[in-house]
Amino acid sequence: MITLTINGKEQQLDVDPEMPLLWALRDHLNLTGTKFGCGAAQCGACTVHIDGEGARSCSTMVGDAEGREIVTIEGLSGKVAEAVQAAWQKLDVVQCGYCQSGQIMSAITLLSANEKPTDDDINASMEGNICRCGTYVRIRDAIHEAAKALA
Amino acid sequence: MRPAQFDLRKILVLFLVIPVGMAALIWTANNNASYGQTRATAAESLAAWDKIATVVEHPRCLNCHQVDSPLQGDTRRLHVPLVVRGDDNMGVTGMRCTNCHSQTGNNPTSGVPGAPHWSLAPLEMNWQGLSSGDICRQILDPARNGNRTAEQMVTHFAEDELVGWGWAPGAGREAVPMPRAELVDHVKTWLAGGGECPQ
Repeated sequence: MITLTINGKEQQLDVDPEMPLLWALRDHLNLTGTKFGCGAAQCGACTVHIDGEGARSCSTMVGDAEGREIVTIEGLSGKVAEAVQAAWQKLDVVQCGYCQSGQIMSAITLLSANEKPTDDDINASMEGNICRCGTYVRIRDAIHEAAKALA
Repeated sequence: MRPAQFDLRKILVLFLVIPVGMAALIWTANNNASYGQTRATAAESLAAWDKIATVVEHPRCLNCHQVDSPLQGDTRRLHVPLVVRGDDNMGVTGMRCTNCHSQTGNNPTSGVPGAPHWSLAPLEMNWQGLSSGDICRQILDPARNGNRTAEQMVTHFAEDELVGWGWAPGAGREAVPMPRAELVDHVKTWLAGGGECPQ
């Protein structure tokens, strides 16, 4: 039995410790806001937070996540998350939306560590999140917008 | 027909000579494993380095001894997605090595490799653009080898867990080209012969 702390709540799962965390979230706990994209840590759609840092849940084994604080898109809270969500709505960032929960999780990771990121900072930190609709320009603007709101 | 005899010589062989011989073998093996120096000439040292170079210049080792971004795969292409060194050799916020790579081992589902202290080698240990001779001299230089003595360098090749990943890199990746024990023997010979390096 593996105990995971997800969005502040302990969850007991009888699963293989090598199973991807994404499977646990979506198939066992019905937390479907985190998306499956590539399954190989190449697209970022499955990004969650583990101990405050971004993590690709498709490439995180549940055994490695045990005893750590996992936050999914459903469990976001705090001023950085609120600023990012507000900026995303204000600039109407989303097109098809499939990658956006991963984009938002990475944007929050970035802004939590860097209050005023430059374009280069954004490029380096958001590199692992791909958007098939090409909303990168709006994502960048929204991160700057959220930084402004947090200043 | 002679009756079965109490043969002292057989008893000696069985209970004394064989165990003592085995103990000697085990002692010899252990002694080698503790990195006792062997004798080697300069020519043997240089020849041993050429064998070592086939390992350190293999993608499993070379790919993460890079200046700012690791390479990936047997073809040594730039890592996808792009990652950069950052302050602690483990990337920047949002794109850290551990965001995808497990510290406990290869991920059998995603195929992403992993091992303890997965990271870029420190910048002073960069091999990008270096010749075999340059890498050789760097490994001997405590200022550029993590302040390791020759004996500690043998230990690094023999025991470091991230180095060991080169022999178990996971599906779809070529392992380094010789068994680990053989590499360690070459390292010992190389060092015993004076740590000779090509020009």
